Amino acid sequence: MKVFKGRVVTPGEVTAEAVVTHEGFNTLASLQMALQFGDKEVKCGDQNNSELHGKPLIGKALCLPQTIGSTTGGLVLYCACAMKKNPACMLFSGHIDSLAAAGAVLADVWVEGVTMPVVDSLGDEFLNYVKDGMKVTVKPDGEVCVE
Amino acid sequence: MILNKEQQAILNGEKGETLAKVMKTLVMYGDAFEAEKLVPITSEYNHLVTSFGLKVMSPVYDLMQQLLDAGVISEQKFSVDPRPIDKNVPANFLQNFVFNKFMYTKQGFYEDQLNKLGLMNKDAFTCTCYMDEVGNKPKKGDVLSWAESSAVVYANSVLGARCNRNSGIIDIMGSIVGYVPYFGLLTDEGRKATWVVKVKTTKKPEAQLLGSAIGMKVMEDVPYVQGLDKWIGSELTDSACAYLKDFGAATASNGAVGLYHIENLTPEAKEMGEKLICEGAKEYIIDDAELKRVQDNYPVMWKNADATPKLCFVGCPHLSLEQLKEWTLNIEKELKAKGIKKVTVPTVFTAAPKVLETFNKTEYAERLKATGVITSYICPLMYMNNPLCKKMPVITSSNKLRTYTSARYYTDAEILTIITGGKK
Repeated sequence: MKVFKGRVVTPGEVTAEAVVTHEGFNTLASLQMALQFGDKEVKCGDQNNSELHGKPLIGKALCLPQTIGSTTGGLVLYCACAMKKNPACMLFSGHIDSLAAAGAVLADVWVEGVTMPVVDSLGDEFLNYVKDGMKVTVKPDGEVCVE
Repeated sequence: MILNKEQQAILNGEKGETLAKVMKTLVMYGDAFEAEKLVPITSEYNHLVTSFGLKVMSPVYDLMQQLLDAGVISEQKFSVDPRPIDKNVPANFLQNFVFNKFMYTKQGFYEDQLNKLGLMNKDAFTCTCYMDEVGNKPKKGDVLSWAESSAVVYANSVLGARCNRNSGIIDIMGSIVGYVPYFGLLTDEGRKATWVVKVKTTKKPEAQLLGSAIGMKVMEDVPYVQGLDKWIGSELTDSACAYLKDFGAATASNGAVGLYHIENLTPEAKEMGEKLICEGAKEYIIDDAELKRVQDNYPVMWKNADATPKLCFVGCPHLSLEQLKEWTLNIEKELKAKGIKKVTVPTVFTAAPKVLETFNKTEYAERLKATGVITSYICPLMYMNNPLCKKMPVITSSNKLRTYTSARYYTDAEILTIITGGKK
């Protein structure tokens, strides 16, 4: 087990199984088709992301460097949360980007009954250590335990 | 974040609960970037990314309705991204059924919301709002609350305006309160380049391929590009601006670039030159082999990689007037050389409604029509973002469309060859 300390963007506490990408997470490309056509597992639709393509994202601890792509990214994340089809949490190795931050904040302020903790600045070592399927626990103070 | 009295009063709910939530959203958004303050938006118009009445986006329309019901609307008018459907664009019975009865059932309702929220006019649907014909062109130094990745990167880089890569919804919220958090690309420091890209190709690099290579390499960083002025000049001519529009869209969709500097060409690079480069900036050299490597690595998403293309889209982001004219001339020339009269692949060119209106007044419109090419105002991405289109072999010279759909990317020259009966 290893413990990492990051910065809390939106608070919460959760334990979930990790899915990991070392490339930028393209929110629109990853989520839109799954949300639109009712994929219950919300499988990643981004053909350019070989690590995530086809993998279920709902309820997972999404570990990533940053999000990329269309500026619909934040509102797609917001919709995923409002539809309760969001990852359990989003854990960034570096500083969060503006689109993911927007999605996290919109969900936090405007969606009731859904919590998606978002922690950033966990460091490169976090992304090197965490692997698909590992158990990840996020604490309200930004502590992330990976086992 | 330090708020002034007016901003604090809004946050405290003195102007209503809904406006307080809008302000709270902007403050939390700014806090994520250690923004110390909110600064006034100075552009005449805003630009929003959400133009489509997708049924799945119901939470967005619910939120917009909350704003409308509370009378919390923007004093700043706005343009918005392109409409998703147009009856002129080829679609079979099943596609039409899915578009109209399943996917875009909220289109009319949402457009009504947009009108109430402050849409500039009925034709203000385009991703290239900064075209002269459209009229939403910010001045150098203007502070914006825009979204739409290709428009933001163009406004920052080519026009010298200041705008972060705001998400949809955040875009209109900034406009509603009249302020945006001061961080990132709004600051002098945030506009400095952390990458130096050296273009060493033996011919003019394809805009959408060069942008893709740079986007995938630098992600959200700011690149300072050297050696490109050799190919596109040192003045922001119509041709250079069209190139930078396509280049920028690819940097923003294949990566997350919100600002680039082109040495000797873009406004800040002309003013400040290498002073824009941060100490310790990383270097990326692009030659012919690197561009080939990038293009060869694009995944082919078609079921049958050798399938005959059934549809071609050109114009993501929307084409400029000059690009429409240039394509007309190129297609005419190619058809003549091959001894045929019409394109052999159904082809759609997309541009802003106002650009098309201007184009249609020129002699080129009839000439383009005679080649069999269809023009439309739609967003090709929204047209293609469904499982029916996934099964269709669609080709495009847009790297943004390639990124988000199963469309296969070819360079402009390759597209010209294919749609005029030649094989790639």
